[in-house]
Amino acid sequence: MSEIRNVSVKDVEEAIYKLALDAAYHIPEDVLEAEKKAYEKEKSEVAKKVLETIFQNIEVSSKEEFPLCQDTGLGVIFMEVGQDVHFVDGYVVDAINNGVERAYKDGYLRKSSCNPLTRENYGNNLPAIVHTFVVPGDKVRLIFDAKGGGSESMSKVQMMKPADGREGIVQTVVDWMIQAGPNPCPPTIVGVGIGADFERCAVMAKHATLRKVGEPSPDPVLADMEQEILTKINNSGIGPAGLGGLTTALAVHIEMEPCHIATLPLAINTACHVNRHKEIEL
Amino acid sequence: MAEYRLTTPLSDEDIIKLKAGDTVYLSGVLYTARDAAHMRMVKALEEGKELPFDVKGQVIYYVGPSPARPGKPIGSAGPTTSYRMNPFAPKLIALGQKGMIGKGKMSDEVKEACAKYKACYFASIGGAAAVVGSSVKKAEIIAYPELGPEAVRRLEVENMPLFVCFDSYGNDLYEIAKKEWANKL
Ligand code: SF4
Repeated sequence: MSEIRNVSVKDVEEAIYKLALDAAYHIPEDVLEAEKKAYEKEKSEVAKKVLETIFQNIEVSSKEEFPLCQDTGLGVIFMEVGQDVHFVDGYVVDAINNGVERAYKDGYLRKSSCNPLTRENYGNNLPAIVHTFVVPGDKVRLIFDAKGGGSESMSKVQMMKPADGREGIVQTVVDWMIQAGPNPCPPTIVGVGIGADFERCAVMAKHATLRKVGEPSPDPVLADMEQEILTKINNSGIGPAGLGGLTTALAVHIEMEPCHIATLPLAINTACHVNRHKEIEL
Repeated sequence: MAEYRLTTPLSDEDIIKLKAGDTVYLSGVLYTARDAAHMRMVKALEEGKELPFDVKGQVIYYVGPSPARPGKPIGSAGPTTSYRMNPFAPKLIALGQKGMIGKGKMSDEVKEACAKYKACYFASIGGAAAVVGSSVKKAEIIAYPELGPEAVRRLEVENMPLFVCFDSYGNDLYEIAKKEWANKL
């Protein structure tokens, strides 16, 4: 029998606190690298100017600890818990919420959570959205994703018909991203979930936006689809900030799982060009 | 594509020289409002009450800034997605509002109101919020403080970089730019 490992939720709170601040001010390196590569290939003068402004923003944010974007998002946490972990010193979800609340207060980050109907702002950015996965082992892996409203609003789940197949999926994603146009702050990272069921494909789509930018899917069929969708989106001409150019998306990432013989669930979730996410293993 | 330096309030003469795609460095006073504030302002109009500020000649910035650090006028302050203001903008433009600043598409009704009443929709770069925020020199909340980031603020800005998106001739920069760069890979 494997040993149980105690993990203090105080360590989880501290980790979330640091990840949230880090995500708000410092762009992930892979995102910046992808943007620099896009800059080299970009032919539109306006697009180059927009990308230069984005680089300048990244520099100012990091140096002066100004949030990369004023919309510092809701805290979305992907938590992988090893099955041999035993949380001690409190309830782990409370600890995550405490970490988020403290970071958003201490870091001068915007609080964006509100009552869906009255739109009253709760003033603490709570609750965080926590997706928990039980995995083998005795570690806890936390991914913190600061998800802004502009890019999140350009998401959808569509229950496709099985006969729509590969072509139908490609077309739906391309059409959706072209229709979204400048709204999700391009250049974007497009996350796509295919299969599983209604709610799980949505989680896959969001999780896919967190993959290292531009790393192709290990499944060659999906890698091929990613490339095809990316080319079609970038041929739209929308460009950085929607002001025209060759760089509308930096990458398309697809995750896929088996589905029911009668269904073909498809989900699209978009990450904007700041794509703020940081992770740690405890 | 021309470049202009303009100071608010804006006049019809300022507006008619602007064409979609021009760059504008805007200085002067701006007012901030997002959906929640717009809902209240339009409700106030319907009830025959006064607006928190006179919109004549003014430019409204669609933004919900992050909190200011001590000693700074404001935090990060980039544009929010504008389509949420589609139902409200034409009403305020009819009252003399001369411009709005945001990101993303707005409706044909807004475009038509810009042409009819001589106003512009200015696009700013979403997510370049620390840079855009640094053009804000002063900020004060003038209405609806309980809305937090969505309260109405009076900003003083210097040379805020903007692109003319809807001009007063029915043009749309997003559509023009997209056409120009389509199928170029
Ligand atoms: S979509 Fe992203 S970059 Fe654009 S305003 Fe929202 S959080 Fe900021």
